[in-house]
Parts: sequence; structure tokens; C-alpha cells
Amino acid sequence: MDKDDIIRKINQLLVDEIEIEETQIYPDADLKKDLGIDSLDFVDLFVIVENNFGFKMKAEEMADVKSLEDFYTYIIKRINPN
Amino acid sequence: MNRVVITGMGIYSVIGNNLGEVKDSLFHGRSGIIFDPVRKAMGFRSALTGMVERPQLKGVLDRRMRIGLPVQGEYAYISTLEALKHAGIDQSYLDKNEVGILFGNDSSAVPVVESVDILREKKDTMMIGSGHIFQAMNSTVSMNLSVIFRLKGVNFTLSGACASGSHAIGIGYLLIKQGLQDMIICGGAQEINPESTASFDALNAFSTRESDPERASRPFDRDRDGLVPSGGAATVIIESYESAMKRGAVIYGELIGYGFSSNGEHISMPNVEGPVRAMQKAILDAGIKSTEIDYINAHATSTPAGDRNEANSIDLVFGSSKPLVSSTKSMTGHEMWMGGASEVIYSTLMMNNGFVAPNINYANPDEITAKLNIAAVTTPHEINAFLSNSFGFGGTNSSLIIRKV
Repeated sequence: MDKDDIIRKINQLLVDEIEIEETQIYPDADLKKDLGIDSLDFVDLFVIVENNFGFKMKAEEMADVKSLEDFYTYIIKRINPN
Repeated sequence: MNRVVITGMGIYSVIGNNLGEVKDSLFHGRSGIIFDPVRKAMGFRSALTGMVERPQLKGVLDRRMRIGLPVQGEYAYISTLEALKHAGIDQSYLDKNEVGILFGNDSSAVPVVESVDILREKKDTMMIGSGHIFQAMNSTVSMNLSVIFRLKGVNFTLSGACASGSHAIGIGYLLIKQGLQDMIICGGAQEINPESTASFDALNAFSTRESDPERASRPFDRDRDGLVPSGGAATVIIESYESAMKRGAVIYGELIGYGFSSNGEHISMPNVEGPVRAMQKAILDAGIKSTEIDYINAHATSTPAGDRNEANSIDLVFGSSKPLVSSTKSMTGHEMWMGGASEVIYSTLMMNNGFVAPNINYANPDEITAKLNIAAVTTPHEINAFLSNSFGFGGTNSSLIIRKV
């Protein structure tokens, strides 16, 4: 899966599973302030990521993930570590 | 002491999804009982159940509100929407006033089963997600609805087995009577699914008249062979008379008596003495004579022992006046945690529309039930005051008295 595919998939999952409006999705969006993702939604993101990308997110690695761009980068890095 | 009145009702039941449909079903004696092949395939002794459609709330409630709601919470959301509308209460009123919520609920099986299934498969609690905990707790209904409707008053759930809904109204009545709250959203909710009733089916308490589902629930009838589980949700808006007058609200009835007791005996076998005390305490609280009760909505679930003991109890308290008696469970099945609240609504609908709903399937009395004046068919009848009985496992008993205003 290349970078664009991963980003497309993340965006689709945010729309389908977290029910974020498509118009709200842009790379600079702050996950909490702009997308309204709270601590409970992060729990669901954990499930969504494992079910769709096959790995477990680690809470300590998420500490620096603030924007959607950060989230894309984190997922891409976990899928393609090299 | 404040007077306590009913100013709104909402219902989502196996005999109708709103007050109009339910009134019609009560009048025409329609049954909501079906045969559920899923239960048979799972190994149930009896596959009979009441059934409702699951409300579709996507697009109605946002995701966070939806994923914390188990099915009985969804039913209760629908019944509460109707009750608030019926009472003329909008969100603006709820935002500006201290309105409470007290619901009867005593299980939430499916989210518990699902959580454990996920854990066993994935070996990681994180994979359960964020919604199950809010669905799984007994307080799920009051917990969720208080957030959805932004309520600021009393907020908890009563678990009193099959008298839960009745006790919720009774405790709400006491809080308003004492002046501690002006308005409370009371009710009862009951999940409908095999997971919640499997262990109950194991007790041999359910009717096995599977070839004839609509005739399976037959309270007080000589040939009754057990109850039929059912469910849904019922919401009653109760408030002080002063608050209702101030709002110009329509009053559908006045709560004047709440009596409660515990049998202090067997965990599942009801007795005669406990319900007698609950009914007598309700009458004493109401400050009326037993002869002033025009109708009794019996708890009678269609079990041989339960109906016999309740018939004896009613005869001991009301033997001189013999008011009309019916068990609406003949149509709805046993709505368990919801039943005490729904049956207040059924009876209030009867009181406001001048009839007593039939105890359908009452073809022949036995030697005990013959003592009662049972309405086997729809009976035009002026009801100025009625008593509603609800009893549950552990010997918990609740009797409510409501009169016309």
C-alpha cells in the first residue's frame, strides 16, 4: 500500500467509522480541536487501526500526534518503517 | 407535601411504537407475541417472545451518543422523545430547569457478552472499543439519556427486578412529593434478545405453547403454563402539580399512592402476604378506601404460582368491592424491567379513554382466580382511580395508585 492509498484509507475510515464530515478533513486539521476526536474516540481509533492496518497503536507513540498530517505520518511509518 | 401529576407519556412496545398505536392495541386486545426461530436454534426451551423493531438512530443522534446505547437505551430514547413531546417539554426547557431522570433497568446482556467474546478472541481489552462500557452497566439508560437530553436533576437507575419500572416511578413520586425535584423523567426499559433471557428460560418459567404464540400468555387462565418474555421502553413525565399548573400542562393522572414491600422468603416464588402489604401501604398513602379503586392492572405474568398468589392477594384486599382486574401481559408478554412503567401508561390510557383493556386468553378461571372480577373482553368503564401491581425476584413488590384529576 503506497502513501496515497494509506491516506485515502485513513480519510475513508474517519468518515465511515468516526463519522467526521468529509469537508472537515484536511492535513492541518487538529485531531482534537478541529475534528473533535476526544479520548474515547482515540480508543476506537486503536480498534480501527488494528482491524484495518494490522498493527497496534501505542499510546506513548501517539503523544506527538496532534494533526491529521501527524496521524498520516505515524501510520505510514508504522506500515513502512523503512 | 406536593401533589404529583403525570403530564407526559411515551411508549415503545410490542403492541405499538407510540401512544396512539398502543391505545388501539389495548382496545382491540392485540397480542405482540411471536415465535423466534433464532431462540429455538440456540437451544431455548421456549422460543416465544415479544418483539419490536430496532429503532434506526443514525442521522438522529451523533455517533458518540449512539455507540453508548444498548437496544433498551434506543427504545428508551424513542419513548422519552414521545413523552417529552406529549408533555410539551422542549430542549430549551430542559436546559433552563432542573429536570431529573429515574429509570428501571436490571440487565444489559449483549454488550457484556460481546466484550467478553472480543477479549477471548483478541486477548486485548483495547479491542473492545469505547462504547461497550456505557452499554453494559445497569445504569445505561439513565446514564445515556441524561447526557442526550442534558439533564441536571436526579440521575440514577433502579434495579428491582420485574418491579424496576414501577419503583422508579414510586421513588420519583416521593422525591417530588417531598419538594426535592419539580419534574422527573421516569420509566422502565427492557432489552429484547436471547442473551438476556437464556438463563431465565433455564428456570422452566416460560410458556411452551409455541404452536400458538398469541395465546401463550394467558394470565389467570386455568390452562396458563408460564410467562412470555418481552420488552421495549416506557417513559412517564411526572411533575409537581404546581409546576404543571405554571406550565399550563395537560394532566393525565395524579400519582397518589406508592406502596412497597419485600416478601422475605423465596428468591423466585412469590407469596401472598408481601403483595398484600404493598397494596395496603399504597392505599394508606393515597388516603382513599380500597372501594375507590375502579381497576387493577395486575402483575400476573401467566405463571401458575404467581397468578394464583396475586389473585389471593387481590381478593384479600379488594374482596368486598371486586374491581375490574386485567393483566395487560396477556397481550404484551412480560416486559420485566419496563413493565411497571408501561403498565402505568396502559392503565392511564384506559382511564383517559373510558375502557378496561381485556385480559386476553382468559377462557376459564381456576378455583382461585375465579375470586376476581377479570375483564376477559374490552369493557367500557369509568376509571377514577386504578392500582398497578409489579412484583419481582427476591420478593420485591411495588403498588402504585393513580387517579383522574
